[in-house]
Amino acid sequence: MRKCSLDALQALFAHVNASMALYLPVDGSDGKAVYQKWSEGARWSHALNTVRSPKDFFFPQTEDLMKFKTAGKSIEIVDVRNAAEDFVIFGVRACDVKSFEILDRVFLTDPVDSFYASRREHGTIVSVACTRPSETCFCGTFGIDAASPAGDVSCWKTETELFWQANTPKGEAFLQLIAPLTEECGNEAVQAQQEKTAAVMKKLPLAELKADAFGGGKTKEFFDRPEWSELSQACLGCGTCTFVCPTCQCYDIKDFNTGNGVIRFRCWDSCMYSEFTKMAHGNSRLSQKERFRQRFMHKLVYYPENNDGLFSCVGCGRCLSKCPISMNIVKVMKKLGGE
Amino acid sequence: MSSCEETLIPKVGVITDVRIDTPDIKTFRVVTPDGKKAFDHRPGQCAMLSVPGVGEAMFSITSSPTNEEYMEFSIKKCGCVTEWLHQAEVGQQITIRGPYGNPFPVDDVFAGHNMLFIAGGVGLAPLRSVINYCRHYRDRYGKIDIVYGSRSKEDLLDYKEIIEEWTNDTNVNVHLTIDREQENWDGHVGFVPNYVKELGFSTDCIAVLCGPPIMIKFTLEGLRSLGFEKTQVYTTLELRMKCGVGKCGRCNVGSKYVCKDGPVFRFDELDELPDEY
Repeated sequence: MRKCSLDALQALFAHVNASMALYLPVDGSDGKAVYQKWSEGARWSHALNTVRSPKDFFFPQTEDLMKFKTAGKSIEIVDVRNAAEDFVIFGVRACDVKSFEILDRVFLTDPVDSFYASRREHGTIVSVACTRPSETCFCGTFGIDAASPAGDVSCWKTETELFWQANTPKGEAFLQLIAPLTEECGNEAVQAQQEKTAAVMKKLPLAELKADAFGGGKTKEFFDRPEWSELSQACLGCGTCTFVCPTCQCYDIKDFNTGNGVIRFRCWDSCMYSEFTKMAHGNSRLSQKERFRQRFMHKLVYYPENNDGLFSCVGCGRCLSKCPISMNIVKVMKKLGGE
Repeated sequence: MSSCEETLIPKVGVITDVRIDTPDIKTFRVVTPDGKKAFDHRPGQCAMLSVPGVGEAMFSITSSPTNEEYMEFSIKKCGCVTEWLHQAEVGQQITIRGPYGNPFPVDDVFAGHNMLFIAGGVGLAPLRSVINYCRHYRDRYGKIDIVYGSRSKEDLLDYKEIIEEWTNDTNVNVHLTIDREQENWDGHVGFVPNYVKELGFSTDCIAVLCGPPIMIKFTLEGLRSLGFEKTQVYTTLELRMKCGVGKCGRCNVGSKYVCKDGPVFRFDELDELPDEY
């Protein structure tokens, strides 16, 4: 384990950024935390987490897949994939680190999505343990420890210092890089910090939330439950929950005519939208009830069924604070799972 | 530029023949620009065809894998991509990627069995691949019965092939029907589900169904009343798809993705899925 003084962080960020792009949460002009590329003077946000999850780094909101040049009846397909460059994401919370594993199981299973894989390969994740989890946090429900975040490197922040520990070869390389600006140390301060966080976690309002009622093989048990009507009644179908969600991974593929060729791009989509399943001959999910049900059945039943029981939720709490009608996965779990 | 394979990046295909089948269905022959088949497939699998600037859509491959020269797609005009394709001329390039999905188990489960194919309208498109595969390896299968119905005589897909080839095969029985009486038609008149019941097939066969949802529902009921088990009846599903490889989330039904776990399903397997297809 290594450590550095918090006062030395700016110099350390500059040192890292000199060899590869460094992204970290900073406070935007509206006071909300966003991931930004570090530049001189950029301060690490004190916010618990960013409004949007860091899934953008590996699965961006939009990205070009290919270009077409057409002439008469002919088509030429142009591969627009660039060789990705190494980058570091600093300040990722334990919940969001877990979300990468959930996305990996989608994009890195055969056939591998080369766009995602390339960025994943080049990205180093530096996580930071939470010191002040909030009342919307429920990562513990999914077996995530906010005080022991995974990632290539784990960090712990105390009042005056930041502690660093490598977990992977990529993480070792990163610690090598920052070695001149950090010093070897013991883990006593980290343990004390972890205990403090654990004590806060225990007192959170959602500390006792359990996911045991859900999981693979329970489609029949939950699909036709009458509660879906009531739960979905006020859903606006705005899709905010899916966009802020670190594990939502549905996407659309669309063509854009630039006037000088066609770009085929991928963009985030949402199962909350009626267009999502609309076909020439009809729609398999006609009302918002079906779309709403799909989102939660997928996270709590379908995904675990295909992924060794792993739920497609990390308890980050973004949907709790962002849904305009205050509906969220916690309410769904409580209602259907029996409080 | 990366050199690794990317499933979302298609190949260029050329339309080398356009056959007008019915007032709203055309069959397109597609090869690569150097005149080869774009890829090998199994009966029941699908391919993504696209028109740059218009969009991409999933289609069943209607030609049999035993055709080593080209692929064919019977396409009904019903949306943006299909309307554009219907205006395309021979020589037009499109894009193609695949094959996607699970095929019909033609070499194991189907082998040695009598086969009963039941199709309605453009539902014959995905079945033609497996029918012609079974006809090609005729000695591997028992009796073959084909029940095919459409709105009118003009709406029967592959009519020439059916009349000139299928009906002349030994041990292949073709039963055609149209919805309403029509001049120059001395065949059966009536809906497919009723016709299947009238024909009263014995249960010593494997049945494969494809057609409009309402036809599938009533035909399955008809087969059940004749004593068929759900484990001996197959169908192929269609849902909106974008990626074709179970990642974009669009064709997710229960824990299955129609594009990769389907489109071929046995009816007892469908019973395990929520009714969202």
